[in-house]
Amino acid sequence: MLVLLPAAAIAWKYVVAGTPEIAPNYSISQHWWGMLLDIDKCIGCGNCVRACATENNVPEGYFRTWVERYHIEDYHQETPQVDSPNGGKNGFPQSTAVGGKNFFVPKMCNHCAASPCTQVCPVGATFESPDGVVLVDGTYCVGCRYCIQACPYGCRFLHPTKHTAEKCTLCYHRITKGLTTACCESCPTGARQLADLKNPADPIHEFLKTHSVQVLKPYMATGAKAYYHDLDGSVR
Amino acid sequence: MLVVFLLVRAHFVPKSFGQYGHYRGDALAELASKPILFAGHQSCEDCHADVLEVKKTGKHAGVNCEACHGALAAHAADPASVVPQLPDTAVLCARCHEENIGKPKAFPQVVSKDHSGGALCKNCHVPHSPLLQPGDKKS
Amino acid sequence: MVPVEGFMYPNEVELQWSVLIVVYPFVTGLVAGAFILASLERIFHVNAVKPTYRLALLTALSFMLVAPLPLQLHLGHPERSLEMFLTPHKTSPMAMFGFVYLWYLMAVILLEIWLDYRHEIVLLSQSSTGLKRLLYRVLSLGSSNISEGALKVDDRVGWVITLIGIPSAFLLHGYVGFIFGTVKANPWWSSPLMPVVFIFSAMVSGIAMVMLVYMALMKIRKEPIDMRCVDTIAQYMLYTFIIDFALEMLDLIHRISVSDESFRSLDFMVHTRLFFSQIVLQIILGTVVPILTVGLIQIFDVPEKLRRMAYAVCGCLTIIGIFAMRWNVVIGGQLFSKSFLGYTTYKLDLISREGELVAAALLILPFIILAVLLKILPPWGECPTTLGD
Repeated sequence: MLVLLPAAAIAWKYVVAGTPEIAPNYSISQHWWGMLLDIDKCIGCGNCVRACATENNVPEGYFRTWVERYHIEDYHQETPQVDSPNGGKNGFPQSTAVGGKNFFVPKMCNHCAASPCTQVCPVGATFESPDGVVLVDGTYCVGCRYCIQACPYGCRFLHPTKHTAEKCTLCYHRITKGLTTACCESCPTGARQLADLKNPADPIHEFLKTHSVQVLKPYMATGAKAYYHDLDGSVR
Repeated sequence: MLVVFLLVRAHFVPKSFGQYGHYRGDALAELASKPILFAGHQSCEDCHADVLEVKKTGKHAGVNCEACHGALAAHAADPASVVPQLPDTAVLCARCHEENIGKPKAFPQVVSKDHSGGALCKNCHVPHSPLLQPGDKKS
Repeated sequence: MVPVEGFMYPNEVELQWSVLIVVYPFVTGLVAGAFILASLERIFHVNAVKPTYRLALLTALSFMLVAPLPLQLHLGHPERSLEMFLTPHKTSPMAMFGFVYLWYLMAVILLEIWLDYRHEIVLLSQSSTGLKRLLYRVLSLGSSNISEGALKVDDRVGWVITLIGIPSAFLLHGYVGFIFGTVKANPWWSSPLMPVVFIFSAMVSGIAMVMLVYMALMKIRKEPIDMRCVDTIAQYMLYTFIIDFALEMLDLIHRISVSDESFRSLDFMVHTRLFFSQIVLQIILGTVVPILTVGLIQIFDVPEKLRRMAYAVCGCLTIIGIFAMRWNVVIGGQLFSKSFLGYTTYKLDLISREGELVAAALLILPFIILAVLLKILPPWGECPTTLGD
């Protein structure tokens, strides 16, 4: 009896809570989000970094997304020269490099399907939503920073005034309303495109099925869903 | 001891915890209801169809309005009272079109001081459809 | 601006885990190590170390009580830390650790100390007056039966607890190593050896600490140091040290041999940013010198006074070396970029919530607690042993 009562109390709260709507006309089970990043098209303008910072109130010096510039001399794949001045927020200055392979790589949270960051969260403050977005519950996070250590891609940071972990949310507040992410909206060349991997009519989904695509650090087996087109092997 | 723990737990653990997984289910709706600052090009096109006409056949057809004009959801919600500033083309155009070794070779880029000697880009180029056509004004 | 060499992902430049996260495994390591030393006498009947049995337990308790403090000071929201007990995420080593800590504190250390001291506590609750009487009455938890039979039960139960306590101590500190060892994103940490290295280095530091505390206490009380005891402790420290050193060298040799993508970056880091803390403090002064010194003492006949000095110096070097090891793991693991293309710097403030002063205070606090515990629960027969004393 003594055990049954609290058990019943716990079960009752679920019955009462019901299943609320995440957003109007949004069926969470019908979506599985990812993104396509086309290296051939990225011009390093930094629009995405600025747009993300504006849309999501990202503090100065921290980045939910950033752009890196790569320079590879000759065939030296294992020793690229990389820079990312202020995350590429104000574009990139002229480089002194001459020749070689040069390109920009936009980086962001990979919204991993087998995410190492959600695995290590001790309290359940960061999680993978049913529609494939890795999110942080800012009111539940204790600020232990284990998730920041566990991310192989360096996409997380601790908010300097809120003292909780933060990262790209794939503009969850936008995609659940039929809009695209702020970074995709402001990208002038279409280098960044949102993908709904459960939607067979999604053109990006189609692109992924018919073109050579890569993910960052595949050997980590994170189930990364930020797909790159024409990603050079030297990219870290 | 276990009973006390379970009772404490029932009281302190948020109601929606465990709804979808090991996290507070309410967080999804909270994260989905954050304010929107970029309206999205659809909103712009609803009112500014004339600009869309010019843009859609030009080189900037794929460039969304807010990529240059900045976040304008406030303007889209209340066009009369929130009047956007026109972007400064002296700074804006260079961000994409100033020559840089990292940019794809096929992407239109110039060394602006050689290209225009410091003159404003919009002296020759119409931002919404920038490719120069025969008869476009030249300074 | 933090000086960055080469390229780092923009969010990596600032270190996430500070010196407090160095202090924390250091302190829990001392707990586990001190307990293992105590168990040597209780379970393995190494009578030579009996004089340090109670001291080891009290030392373990002092450090155990301080252990959660660096964690609470580090958390962005310590007021939410109860969430780790209410909704622990079962895939997270950190969540599981909260329970391991609680178990170890309540079921092992406190219970064992209580059972071992119960006889004296009851006597003191009856013989002392005023506030002291109240204190001992509370500590006795209402028990008053100190007959032959009851004391035998105490002894038996205590023995069982110590027996359970040994794997629990391994679990306590092995878990800390596991917290680092399962981070696949970080090649400096990710290794199945990590929990094992942590356990053995913990044992070395705990044993060294009890030895130092014992020698210091005897000096303060102007009593003779039991050399047979200290010689034996030093021996056990040596054996554990050899295993610990072998494991660390195995890790190093394996890295050099495999030479994977992270190797060049880590190698450079060890030779530059970590040179002093790793090569000089941890390996040479903190490991090789104590091993050689205590090793030589096993071979050659060294006079007592010289031995005492050697043990004191080696004990201190060992403690410093093991602290350096924690530093090299925690801080070292964050100094290099996960792109393997750059390095950052750790900016350690003097006065801040996670600064030098706080770290120093946290390291001194256990000794203050120990001093209080030694007054309340004297370890060497200063209590009355029969009614009417």
